Amino acid sequence: MSKINSILIVDDEESVRDSLFNWFMEDGYYVECAEDASIALSRLESEHFDIILADIKMPGMDGLEMLRRIKSLKSDAVVIIMTAFATVDTAVQALKDGAYDYVTKPFDPDDLSHMIRNASRQIALAKENEVLKERVVTLENVEDIIGSSEAIKKVLKEVESVAQSNSSVIITGESGTGKELIAKAIHANSSRKYFPMVSVHCGALTESLLESELFGHEKGAFTGAMYNRKGRFEMADNGTIFLDEIASISTKMQVELLRVLETKSFIRVGGNKEIKSDFRIICASNHNLKQMVEQGAFREDLFYRLNVVNIYIPPLRERKEDIPLLTTYFMKKYCTSMNKPVATIDAGALHYLENLDFPGNIRELENMIERAIVIGNGKKITVKDFPTEKNIVAPSMESLGEQEKNHISFILDKYGWNISRSAKALQVDRVTLYNKIKKFNLRSRNK
Amino acid sequence: MNLQNITLISFGYFDSEFLRKIADEVQGEFFIDVQVREGFIDISEFYDPARSQYNANQLLQYVERQYSSGSSKTIGLFQVDFFIPIFTYIFGQAFLGGRSGIASLFRLSNERYGIEPDDNLLLERFSKEIIHELGHTFGLIHCIHPDCVMRSSTYAEDIDQKSSGLCPACKSVTEL
Repeated sequence: MSKINSILIVDDEESVRDSLFNWFMEDGYYVECAEDASIALSRLESEHFDIILADIKMPGMDGLEMLRRIKSLKSDAVVIIMTAFATVDTAVQALKDGAYDYVTKPFDPDDLSHMIRNASRQIALAKENEVLKERVVTLENVEDIIGSSEAIKKVLKEVESVAQSNSSVIITGESGTGKELIAKAIHANSSRKYFPMVSVHCGALTESLLESELFGHEKGAFTGAMYNRKGRFEMADNGTIFLDEIASISTKMQVELLRVLETKSFIRVGGNKEIKSDFRIICASNHNLKQMVEQGAFREDLFYRLNVVNIYIPPLRERKEDIPLLTTYFMKKYCTSMNKPVATIDAGALHYLENLDFPGNIRELENMIERAIVIGNGKKITVKDFPTEKNIVAPSMESLGEQEKNHISFILDKYGWNISRSAKALQVDRVTLYNKIKKFNLRSRNK
Repeated sequence: MNLQNITLISFGYFDSEFLRKIADEVQGEFFIDVQVREGFIDISEFYDPARSQYNANQLLQYVERQYSSGSSKTIGLFQVDFFIPIFTYIFGQAFLGGRSGIASLFRLSNERYGIEPDDNLLLERFSKEIIHELGHTFGLIHCIHPDCVMRSSTYAEDIDQKSSGLCPACKSVTEL
């Protein structure tokens, strides 16, 4: 913990100034003296002192007035008021005006040492807090949003505009485009950055589990609820809640969510006490929510409540100029994590990547780079290090929808139309799989 | 400074054997010839009736003015209760990097605290206090080393916790 270094003594009595000066010099501090408040204030304009030790009774401006002026210029200044004429009123006033402490002369030498030590600790903690805050800002400050394309620059500009407000945001874009990263960037640049950002993957949970996850539950609310549990809305108090795959929530959950957004309050599952929470909501979806509203699959009032600002993240194929930067980033990331020297990529491999369609977007690119580093020789990535079944989409090939339909059908057949196992293999939730079956009108051959 | 000796000036009655032992302790620490002399002072001039104590700042100035010389470190020894305006009491003080200091045994005796007298302990405490003030005249500030004689002591029992010697860091500063 860093020690304080400088002390300014403000007292009209020379003997007091000299005594304190000698005492603090013997303790190794840098000490200056001022014989009245005006001289002290003019010193403070040009010089910083860790602690100001000031008498109350001085000719001209008194110590309390000086304290108020110091605090108005520098709210975190540590000012200790000393006086030979202590009264409860002046003590209370001094502390109300922001004095760190109030001592009566003469004081016990140990009292002075304790006071300076405690002040030193407070100053060190305040400095440490500032350093840590800066570190938090640096760490969360869009370090993973890589790109120099106009498309991504537009997204970042939108992030910057929306971050400072409390407006609800819907982030849309294909799977793997980095919607959660954008949500984190919004949070990290907002006034809520020192409070939690809580994420919920709505698509991965059943309705009842999602309800419990969002609102929390009381002990005994359902089988297995052995303890009270805070919900995500409660955890996001003063912070941000991020609801991913918002399109997958049921109609019932949509109603409940709308009520929470309007009242900023809710009741835990199995509870009866209203809980308030001040949160900012960011949602994400890879579906067209407006279309879902038109089809009656998503509530219009909820949509407009959430969609105050919409940020669309373009797919990777619409920002191919970012592929080299992203490739370099992922190569460095995985080589570092695997303790390998940072690999390079040959021009042919880079050209190959730039011609891919990346239906899985950045997540897919990242996966390919990681795989290439694992199985390659580590020094230079070539085309041979990429999966051979990767084909460049040509107009004569199947559309994305056809590919998706065929793949889902293949998996369902493989697992005998066991929905749970098929959903797990496809890495989606059961609700999503049922929706896909309905969408593509798939039928079991056994039916 | 070509330091020739350390002079201890006693003000008021001190047992000669007591003073000799003090001088030996100080010499043992600084390896410089230590002389003991008797000083004269009208101590009443330095008494503050409002505090019922003696003004240590003025006493230090007096010792500096009357007894210090260029080639010597001088410590005035007293038996009265010292004060400085800001503190309830002090054991002693000195000019940092200067020539003089003062020390009092008034608050070092066990009797002051209602405990059975202990002359050896009094000798030990007073020696440490004198060495501490001498350390300041050699330019030493308070030390955080728990054993070092330059560690700051607020209460008499604090003095008992430290040794009478300088830690290696302080010793290197004094080049003794």
